[in-house]
Amino acid sequence: MIELEGVSRSYGDRRVVEDLSFTVEDGAFCAIVGPSGSGKSTSLRMINRLIEPSAGTIRIAGEDIATLGLTRLRRRIGYVIQSGGLFPHWTVEDNIATVPRLLRWDEARVAERVRALLELVRLGHETRRKYPHELSGGQQQRVGVARALAADPEILLMDEPFGALDPLTRQALRAELARIQEATRKTILFVTHDIDEALLLADRIAILRDGRLLQYATPQEILTRPASAFVREFVGGAALGLKLLAQRRVRDHLHPGAAPAGEPVAQDAPMSEALSEMVLRGAEFLPVRDAGGRIAGSVALADMLR
Amino acid sequence: MKRAPANKVLFLLALAAIATCLFAGFLTEAPNRLVTGKPLALWQALGTPVLLAAILATGALLVLSWLRQSATVLCASLFAAGALLFLLFFAAGEAAGFLMKGARPAQRIGLGAGFWAAAFCLVMAMIDAAQRLKLGPAGRLLVATSLLLPLAAMARWGIFDQLSLLREYAAQRDAFAAQAVRHCALVAAAVAAALACGVPLGLLVARRPHIAGAVFGTLNLLQTIPSIALFGLLIAPFSALAAAVPGLGIAGIGAAPAIVALMLYALLPVARNTQAGIAAADPAIIEAARAMGFTPRQILWRVELPLGAPVFIAGLRIVLVQAIGLAAVAALVGAGGFGSFIFQGIGQYATDLVLLGAIPTILLALAADFVLGIAAQLLLRKESA
Repeated sequence: MIELEGVSRSYGDRRVVEDLSFTVEDGAFCAIVGPSGSGKSTSLRMINRLIEPSAGTIRIAGEDIATLGLTRLRRRIGYVIQSGGLFPHWTVEDNIATVPRLLRWDEARVAERVRALLELVRLGHETRRKYPHELSGGQQQRVGVARALAADPEILLMDEPFGALDPLTRQALRAELARIQEATRKTILFVTHDIDEALLLADRIAILRDGRLLQYATPQEILTRPASAFVREFVGGAALGLKLLAQRRVRDHLHPGAAPAGEPVAQDAPMSEALSEMVLRGAEFLPVRDAGGRIAGSVALADMLR
Repeated sequence: MKRAPANKVLFLLALAAIATCLFAGFLTEAPNRLVTGKPLALWQALGTPVLLAAILATGALLVLSWLRQSATVLCASLFAAGALLFLLFFAAGEAAGFLMKGARPAQRIGLGAGFWAAAFCLVMAMIDAAQRLKLGPAGRLLVATSLLLPLAAMARWGIFDQLSLLREYAAQRDAFAAQAVRHCALVAAAVAAALACGVPLGLLVARRPHIAGAVFGTLNLLQTIPSIALFGLLIAPFSALAAAVPGLGIAGIGAAPAIVALMLYALLPVARNTQAGIAAADPAIIEAARAMGFTPRQILWRVELPLGAPVFIAGLRIVLVQAIGLAAVAALVGAGGFGSFIFQGIGQYATDLVLLGAIPTILLALAADFVLGIAAQLLLRKESA
């Protein structure tokens, strides 16, 4: 559990973060969202003390981090940044093994850990001998995630980890991250300026503006009960309804049994995707397929409102 | 027929080599070591077979410069230029032996402007070909050794013995070895001292950028002092120090002031390249290292220093080449080294003695540059392009 209590940070007269308080439960996926200069990166970096707060307390598992040793604290927290920040003079294996080696694990254990992590982030075992510049941006970021997870930290901090990637790679990596979160149950704090990314991945969203917390709630609540006009505008404005629809899965509106003809939608697809297909085809009903590819039933236009 | 040669550089170098051999003296002939020799043309110096071989090889170079520059053609150019270089050296040695036969022992046969210019053109042609071939460290090393080993063997067999430079060397043989060691020792001591002071200074400036102006300003000022003046200026404080602390084993002249002067000149490039190497690391990488719990010392040793290595090597290269050259001036304050031949030669109006000091200095500098160049290449190869 991460608790922030009245945390502020100022540089001279300029207040970057002001009186920030919120709690992230164990195993939660929390996104910190806001426009540029809203203090979201600063907030994140205060948690591993890359930046010291000017006021307030941050506790991890009940312990005030100001009282913990800097090095020990940081080795309990994985950190992923936008450009990957991989060491260019080290191989993928050496990069991933950084923290385990700092912790003086024996080499057999390190090698086993590297193998398992490469598997987790779906990179081939042969990748371990490569240098970062031999990898694509997406592969580098996968290594970045593997490196952050190497010593099995309780917490993963991610600062715009997919910001520098092309849309397709970004989409693939978001899905991977959701899967990794499912598999490892880490507490993840994720900074992004992309509200859709936050809505897709997070189960808690903190919206910041000018260093102040505007709302801290589930995606559903933020969409249905935005705390202010700014939040409403920031999360979607006119497209708010569609974003709400994107939060729901086809699976939850499935009518088992007979289905119309045509290309089916996946039952795990968001309802917004089904709506888009209906508009494209001019159809009020769509066939739905399950994970195995078999037709499971249908979904109706009328379901969009339920 | 194409209008222009495919390799203009090679074409011009080959033409220049021909022209200098034709119009400038290939060798010089003088009745003794103190007077300036009168030039001997190529055809006066060389026998017909050697002359024919030289014409053939030069012709080959000219033809090669018009062909499409494939790897094969470039290798052939490299080979032809190298062969011609050997021929040049061999011919000069042979001609000197021939011309000295029956002459008075005081007579001197020297290398003329034509020889030097042609040799320079050929070396440039080889460097050009090596660069176009994009030779890696191993290739460069191979070319360099296959050039130097035969020349060393030829020298060993006495082919050059009758050239005035080698006659001068024979007279100075013992002093030469001693001064060579002395020269290297001066450079090594000065560079080691400069590293010991300059690297921490560079690190300090990298950590506290606000003092960079003051530190580099001071070191820059040192660079502007003419070398002869600095060697001279250090005599007074070192004399005073020697008088105050007699047991120190130093004097106002000799090795101590020379090493200090050389070190002062080396400080700026060492400190500046250290700072630049540290600053070259991507801040995101340093932050990632901090976030993973590296201590500042671990960041320095495992991240900043390895990442800055190419810049450090480049700095060391500048420093070594500069120190080797400047150490020649150190002979002026009685520190010895190759410079002592240069200053003796100037005093005696003996050009060959000057060359006996100058040429090894240049070769030593080139060798240092070459070795560190290869080291830098090896380091860069591992990392991101």
